[in-house]
Amino acid sequence: MCTTCGCDDHSPLRIDGGPLHSHGQEQTRSVPVEADLLARNDAHARANRERFDSSRVRALNLVSSPGSGKTALLVATLERLSGEIPMAVIEGDQETQRDADRIRATGVAAVQINTGKACHLDAHGVGHACEHMNLPKGGLLFIENVGNLVCPAAFDLGAHQRVLVLSVTEGDDKPFKYPDMFRTADALVINKLDLLPHVDFDLAACEAQARRLNPDMVVFRLSARTGEGLEDWMDWLRAHGHQTGSVEEDELETLRRRVAELEARLQRAGLMSS
Amino acid sequence: MHEVSLAREILRILQQQARERGFERVHRVHLELGPLSCVDPEALAFAFGAVSAGTLARGAHLELHRPPARGACRLCGCGYTMDSLVTPCPRCGGPGRILSGLEMRVRDLEVSGGDPGTSREG
Repeated sequence: MCTTCGCDDHSPLRIDGGPLHSHGQEQTRSVPVEADLLARNDAHARANRERFDSSRVRALNLVSSPGSGKTALLVATLERLSGEIPMAVIEGDQETQRDADRIRATGVAAVQINTGKACHLDAHGVGHACEHMNLPKGGLLFIENVGNLVCPAAFDLGAHQRVLVLSVTEGDDKPFKYPDMFRTADALVINKLDLLPHVDFDLAACEAQARRLNPDMVVFRLSARTGEGLEDWMDWLRAHGHQTGSVEEDELETLRRRVAELEARLQRAGLMSS
Repeated sequence: MHEVSLAREILRILQQQARERGFERVHRVHLELGPLSCVDPEALAFAFGAVSAGTLARGAHLELHRPPARGACRLCGCGYTMDSLVTPCPRCGGPGRILSGLEMRVRDLEVSGGDPGTSREG
């Protein structure tokens, strides 16, 4: 604090054309840093992924806007696959235990993270949630992110895949409006298909927008409420699960993921062109 | 407002650097922010002002550097500058693959205080 005027580092003043009123500070110096803002989250995410891999758990990060039906999709999925595949759920919401209660009602274990004011889950929080649960060895861990189509995009949780749930009541132009999320999702679930006759939602146009951002995206059309289209979604969950593969295949899959992850990091760092 | 989380991370980096390199105040933070990174610059500046109040970076200026984002067309391979995640290829209109523009990095700092000679970085 300036001892002359008591002010706290306002912009430099020049009085009567004289030297700058400098608050008596010594000269500043430059310090190179080169620190990535996501590096710490990414390190936690890598640790989570290693933890999942060592238990042969496939982790899925479910993202969407609020009210798209993530929890309803999970409940419908858990009811149908429990007994067949080991599963567990991490629920993320700003407040309440409601979603974890809905999951537990299906008989599947759930841990609720309440983020308070935060608008997304991060890898650090997911790591701590894992300490409060038994990972479903050889099975599926669903991480339901905070309902928000913007903020969760930047934060890798250590999940193997990101699943974006979009309901037909939200509008078919969401991919271009929220490109970060669509660009980074591995699968798109278009939910509430039973409401399609009542809304102006062009399925083909929506998918075309999504694929323009992300050509490799897998797309499912379903209704969690009626069960229509759920089989394809569940086949995808089964096919990519660890539980069906031999140990060798699992190890290969882990290595492939690791390679893909490193390639993605190189690409982000601008060191690789594809 | 994930910008608050990112602003906290900037502050954490500054505090860590202050411990490692022996400075007491940060006056300016040079931040590289790719135009395709999912950050609103005004929201980030506002959040940084709020989280840095009463810290070694109180009143510090967040100076943003926006390197142009580069993309390559997924169809014809043409390289071009991307203004947004959905900028089409100027040659054939095809979708772009991002080559750069997602950066979020503290590049360097202008600092004072402490003894520059005590820097552990050598």
